Amino acid sequence: MIHSLFLINASGDIFLEKHWKSVVSRSVCDYFFEAQERATEPENVPPVIPTPHHYLISVLRHRIYFVAVIQSEVPPLFVIEFLHRVVDTFQDYFGVCTEAAIKDNVVVVYELLEEMLDNGFPLATESNILKELIKPPTILRTMVNTITGSTNVGEQLPTGQLSVVPWRRTGVKYTNNEAYFDVVEEIDAIIDKSGSTITAEIQGVIDACVKLTGMPDLTLSFMNPRLLDDVSFHPCVRFKRWEAERILSFIPPDGNFRLLSYHVSSQNLVAIPVYIKHNITFREGSSQGRFDLTLGPKQTMGKAVESVLVSSQLPRGVLNANLNPSQGTYTFDPVTKMLSWDVGKINPQKLPSLKGTMSLQAGASKPDENPTINIQLKIQQMAISGLKVNRLDMYGEKYKPFKGIKYMTKAGKFQVRT
Amino acid sequence: MMCDFLFSLVCTGEIFELKAELNSDKKEKKKEAVKKVIASMTVGKDVSALFPDVVNCMQTDNLELKKLVYLYLMNYAKSQPDMAIMAVNTFVKDCEDPNPLIRALAVRTMGCIRVDKITEYLCEPLRKCLKDEDPYVRKTAAVCVAKLHDINAQLVEDQGFLDTLKDLISDSNPMVVANAVAALSEIAESHPNSNLLDLNPQTINKLLTALNECTEWGQIFILDCLANYTPRDDRESQSICERVTPRLSHANSAVVLSAVKVLMKFMEMLPKDLDYYGTLLKKLAPPLVTLLSAEPELQYVALRNINLIVQRRPEILKHEMKVFFVKYNDPIYVKLEKLDIMIRLASQANIAQVLAELKEYATEVDVDFVRKAVRAIGRCAIKVEQSAERCVSTLLDLIQTKVNYVVQEAIVVIKDIFRKYPNKYESVIATLCENLDSLDEPEARAAMIWIVGEYAERIDNADELLESFLEGFHDESTQVQLQLLTAIVKLFLKKPTETQELVQQVLSLATQDSDNPDLRDRGYIYWRLLSTDPVAAKEVVLAEKPLISEETDLIEPTLLEELICHIGTLASVYHKPPSAFVEGSRGVQHKRLPGSSAAGVSEAPPAVIPSQGDLLGDLLNLDLTPPTTTGPPPPASSGMQMGAMDLLGGGLDSLVGLLNTVLSEAVSLRSSFNVPVSGGLDDLFDLGGGVGMPMGVFNPPKTVWLPAMKAKGLEISGTFVRRAGVIQMEMTLTNKAMSVMTDFAIQFNRNSFGLAPAGPLQVLTPLSPNQSIEAALPLSTVGPVMKMEPLNNLQVAVKNNIDVFYFSCQYPISMLFAEDGKMERQVFLATWKDIPNDNESQFQIKDCHLNSDAASNKLQGSNIFTIAKRTVEGQDMLYQSMKLTNGIWVLAELRVQAGNPNYTVSTVLVVLAVFKSYFSNTNQNE
Repeated sequence: MIHSLFLINASGDIFLEKHWKSVVSRSVCDYFFEAQERATEPENVPPVIPTPHHYLISVLRHRIYFVAVIQSEVPPLFVIEFLHRVVDTFQDYFGVCTEAAIKDNVVVVYELLEEMLDNGFPLATESNILKELIKPPTILRTMVNTITGSTNVGEQLPTGQLSVVPWRRTGVKYTNNEAYFDVVEEIDAIIDKSGSTITAEIQGVIDACVKLTGMPDLTLSFMNPRLLDDVSFHPCVRFKRWEAERILSFIPPDGNFRLLSYHVSSQNLVAIPVYIKHNITFREGSSQGRFDLTLGPKQTMGKAVESVLVSSQLPRGVLNANLNPSQGTYTFDPVTKMLSWDVGKINPQKLPSLKGTMSLQAGASKPDENPTINIQLKIQQMAISGLKVNRLDMYGEKYKPFKGIKYMTKAGKFQVRT
Repeated sequence: MMCDFLFSLVCTGEIFELKAELNSDKKEKKKEAVKKVIASMTVGKDVSALFPDVVNCMQTDNLELKKLVYLYLMNYAKSQPDMAIMAVNTFVKDCEDPNPLIRALAVRTMGCIRVDKITEYLCEPLRKCLKDEDPYVRKTAAVCVAKLHDINAQLVEDQGFLDTLKDLISDSNPMVVANAVAALSEIAESHPNSNLLDLNPQTINKLLTALNECTEWGQIFILDCLANYTPRDDRESQSICERVTPRLSHANSAVVLSAVKVLMKFMEMLPKDLDYYGTLLKKLAPPLVTLLSAEPELQYVALRNINLIVQRRPEILKHEMKVFFVKYNDPIYVKLEKLDIMIRLASQANIAQVLAELKEYATEVDVDFVRKAVRAIGRCAIKVEQSAERCVSTLLDLIQTKVNYVVQEAIVVIKDIFRKYPNKYESVIATLCENLDSLDEPEARAAMIWIVGEYAERIDNADELLESFLEGFHDESTQVQLQLLTAIVKLFLKKPTETQELVQQVLSLATQDSDNPDLRDRGYIYWRLLSTDPVAAKEVVLAEKPLISEETDLIEPTLLEELICHIGTLASVYHKPPSAFVEGSRGVQHKRLPGSSAAGVSEAPPAVIPSQGDLLGDLLNLDLTPPTTTGPPPPASSGMQMGAMDLLGGGLDSLVGLLNTVLSEAVSLRSSFNVPVSGGLDDLFDLGGGVGMPMGVFNPPKTVWLPAMKAKGLEISGTFVRRAGVIQMEMTLTNKAMSVMTDFAIQFNRNSFGLAPAGPLQVLTPLSPNQSIEAALPLSTVGPVMKMEPLNNLQVAVKNNIDVFYFSCQYPISMLFAEDGKMERQVFLATWKDIPNDNESQFQIKDCHLNSDAASNKLQGSNIFTIAKRTVEGQDMLYQSMKLTNGIWVLAELRVQAGNPNYTVSTVLVVLAVFKSYFSNTNQNE
C-alpha cells in the first residue's frame, strides 16, 4: 500500500513528508528530480517512475507535485485517485491548496493525512467524515482555540462511517433548507483547418449543493435521460433504480458534492457553439507574417457566448506581433510566444476580429509548425447537449426545501487547427 | 504563525526550551509544545531527544493531544525502543476505553509502532479488538493484523490472527469485510503458496454483497480479490459479471479499472454466442472512454491498460478511434500512448482519418512526438495493406516539407515499407535521393544507404551516391559503416564492371583501417566470398529477404494473458509480468485467463495396428496367470492430477508423438552427421555404450539456450539430466558483457509436466566479465501445469542485476521417466488389454544397429523397463513400461528383427499406449 508521501514545490524543495509505514529516505525523490529535469515542461513528468526499490506515483496540482511512494504492487489508479482526494481535502479545508497554506496549517495537514490513510489503507476520505474528526481551521476558531484551549479535533466517533450512508453525517440541521444543482458541460473538440469537426465530445457534471435537515431522500428525473449512456455516479446514487427507470434516486451527502458526471460522445449530439475564420500565413523569404482571425457564434440556441478567450502558441520564429483587435484586448509574450486575446462577449451583429502582422527574425526560414488556437468560452442558461432536469422531489422529510437548477456550458479543450 | 517557529527551530537551545514547555504544568502550554514538536518533526528535523517528555504527555483525556503524541510515537519508537515500552500500558488501557473512537485509535497506533519488543504485548488487546462489538474497531483491528504481520509474521501466525481475519470475511459489516480482504491480500503477497484467500462460491457471494455497500477503496480491494477467483462454469461467471457491471459507473477510476479487470477475465469463460457476451462487450467501451477525459495522470494509466485491452479484444474499442486523437496540449506521455493505440486500432475502415491525423501531428512542435507520428505512418502502411499507397504518398508530402527530422524519420520508415512491399513503390526513390545531403542521423543515413544498395540497378548514379558516403567513412557510426559496406558489395554484384574500384576501396577501408571487429569480420567475409566464389556471394548477399511481420511490437500472448489478469496494476503500466520487477512480491503466482469450459477433449487419432488380434494373442501368451488386478497401481502423486487431466485434454496426441520421437532417438544409432543436436535428445545411448559406460540416462550435451547478444551479454547454455531420481537443469552461465553480473534468479513458466525450480538458482558469487559459472538447478515436478506446444517446451525467465531475459528450451522427455516405472507382469497384461485402441500408435525406427538385449539394457538405463521378451518368427518382441513423473504410464511393445547383416538395419515397431483407465480413476477420486 502507500508508504509515504512527499510534497515538492515548483523549485524542487521537499516541503512536507509523511510516512505511513517505515520511513523512506528523502533520497528516493532524487529519481523524481531526475525525471523532472528530463521533462521539458513541468506537466510532462511521467506519473509513474520506477526506482530500484520503490515506485513513485505523482500528480501535479496547483504547481505542487504530490509524490506517493509505494513498494509493492498497488494499483496506480488507486494511488492517483487517493492523491486527488488529498488535494481536494486540502482545498476544502484551507480554501486554496498552496505551499503557503499547507505550511501554515502543517499540524492540521498531518492530522488529516493520518486520518486518511492507516498503514497505507485509505481510512476516511469523505470530506463529511473528516470534518467531523478534524474541524477545518477558520480565523474565528483559531482565535477561540487559543483563548479557550479547545481543539479542532472532534470528540465524537465519526458515525457516518458505519451507517449505510457513510457519506452523510447524522443530525444535520438547517434553518433554510435548500438544494441547488449545477449542470455544467464542457465541450472538448478538435476542429481542423477547413472548419470541420474532427472530434467533439461533452464532459458534463452535475454538482450539487444540498443543505437539508435530517435524512432526505431525493429523486431527480430528466426530460431526456437517453442522452446519458455513459455516466459515473456518486456512491449515493441507487444504481438499480437508474438502470430500471432512468431516475436518480439518492440520499445526498451534506454540502457540496458531485452527483454525477457524464460523457456524450456521439458527434451529432455535440453542437459547436462558435466558428473561427483564420488566416495565419508566412511567406518564404519575407520577415513578415499575416495574422487574421474572426470569431462568430454557431449553434448557441439564441444564447449569448460570453467570456471568450482565444489563445495560441505562435511559432518559435515569431519575434513580435502587431495586431489590432476589433474588441477586447490582446497580449503577446515574446518569450513564451503565447498570444492571448480576451474577447469578452460575442456580438452576432459585429463579429470580433483580430488582424495584423507578425514579425519574424530577419532571414529566418518560414516556421514549420502550424499554431493551434485554443478557445475558452461560457454560455449561461444552457447545457449544450440539451440535457434538462424534469423535476426534483424529496421524500423522508416533512419540510419544503428551496430547489434550484442552473445550466452552464463551457469550452474544455476546444482546439482549432490552422 | 506556525511556520515562523517551524523554520526557526534549528539549534539545540530550542530543544531545551521545548523540553521545559513539555514538562509544564499547564495543559495549554503542553499542547502547544507538542504541536511545535510535531511541526519540526514534519519538516524532517530530529526531535527524538524529546521522547520521554512527549510520552509523558500521553496520559491525557484531551483527544487532540493524545493524537499528537501518538503521531510522535509512531515516528520515533523505532529509534527509542526502550522508551516505547513505557507507552504500552497506555495502549492497553486505551483499548478498553468506552469510546470506540479511542479504542480504534489505540489499536491503530499500536500497529504503527514498529518495534519488535513491543509487539508481543499488543497481541492481547488486538485479539479483543478483533472481536469488538463496534465494527469501526473491528475494521481498524483487521488492518492492524496486516501491520503486525509486516513486523513479525511468525507471531501473527502463532497467535491465530490469520484465522480470525478469515472469519471477518463473513462479517456483517461491509467495511469490515473490505478491510479484512485488504489485509489478507497484503499478507498473501508475502506468502505465495498459502491459500489465505480461499475463495469459494460462498465467500464470493459475501464479497459481492459487501461490494455494493462498502466505500470506494473497499470496492477496489474486493474487486482485486475477486479477480483471483476462477469460476466453476460459465453460469457462475456470468452471474459474477452481472453483479460487477454496475461498478463500471463508479466515479472512482480505480474502481472502474478493477471492475474492467474482473470482467475481462471472467468474460473468457463465457461462450461467444451468448447474448450476454455481446452486451458485456458493449458495456465495457463507455467507461474506458470516460477514463480518457480525466486528469492526465489517470489518462496515462488508463491508456497503458487500454493498450492491453485493445490487443486482447480489439472489438471493444474499434469504433472509438476518435477519443484517441491527440490534443496539442496533452502531456507528452499521454500523446505517445494515444499514438500507439491509434495504430493498433487502425483498420481499412478508419485509415483515412488516422492518416490525416498523423499528418497533422507531423507538423507539431514537439520533435519526439513528430518523429513518433512519422513512424506511425509507416506502421500503418505495414499493418493495413490497402492503405500502403496512401501512406507512402503522405510520407512523400512530409518529405516535401523539408523539415530535417521529418525527412529523416520518413526515410527510415520508407525503408521498412520497401521491405514489406518489395518492388512496388520504388518510383519514390528519386525523391528520396534528393534529400541525401540533409541526412545527418545514423539511422536515416543507414536506411538511405540500404535503399540505394538494394535498388542499385534502378538508380543510375548509385555508385556516385555511395561513393559520396564513402568519403567520410571513418567518421560514420558503425551502423552506417556496416550498411555502406553491404550496399557497395550489393552494387558490385549488380554492376560489376563499373564499380570494381569502389568495392576494393570499401573492403580495404573496412578490413584494414577499421578497429571495429564486426566491420572487419564482415569485410573479410565479403572479400573472401567475392574472391573465391562470386556466384555464392551473389546468393548470400542478394538473398531474398524474409518479409517483415505485420504487427511489430505486439505483446507475446502468454504475457498478454497474464497482464490482462493484472489490469490496473503496475505490471499493466509497465507491460511486464509482475514477477519480473515488483520488489517484495516473492513468488507471485502467474495468473492465466480461464479457458472456456466448452473446449472439448480432443480425440486421439485412431492409429490401429493391422495385426491387432495377433498382438493381443501374443500378450495373452506372455503369462498364463489370469489377470487379477483390473486397474493399474494408482500412483500416489499429489498435485499432479490436474496435470494429467490437462494432458488428457488434447495433450494426449502430442504426448504420444513425443514419446515416439524419444524412443526412436533412444534406439537409433548415433550418427554424428545427421542427428540434430538442437533437440537436446541427441541420443540416449550410443553403439559402444553398452560396454564401458555406466548405466544411467544419457545426458545430452549442453546447447546454447540464450545467446549473449539477446541477453545483454549473458550467455546461457545448458542441458537436463536425471541423477538419482532428481531432474536437474545444468547450466553454464557466461558473462560476455563488460560489467559484473549479480543477483541471478530463475523462474519457469507453467509447463506440461509441472517442472519448477526446487530451490533458488545457486549463483552466489558475482559473475565478472568473461567468466563462466556452472550451476545445477534441481527441479521438482509439482509446479503449476499448462499444456505447452510442443509438449516438452519449457519457457524460462532469468533475471540478473541488468534485466530479465526470456528463452525457451526443450527437455528430453526421457528425463521424466521415473525409476519406479517397472510394472508388474499381470498388471501390464491386464492394462494392455484394457487400453482402448484409440490410445495406441505405432511407428518405426530405422537404422538401428542393436540387438534386442542391448536395446533393452540401454533403455533400462533411461528408466524404460522391459517387462517381458518373446521371440516369434525370428522377431524379438520386447514389452516395456515407463512411468512419467506425473503418473502417466506408457506401455510399449518393441519388435526387433535381425536385419540384413551387411547393413544391419533393424526395424523396430513401437506400440504406445497410455493408461486411460488411470485418468478415469483420478477423475473419480476428485
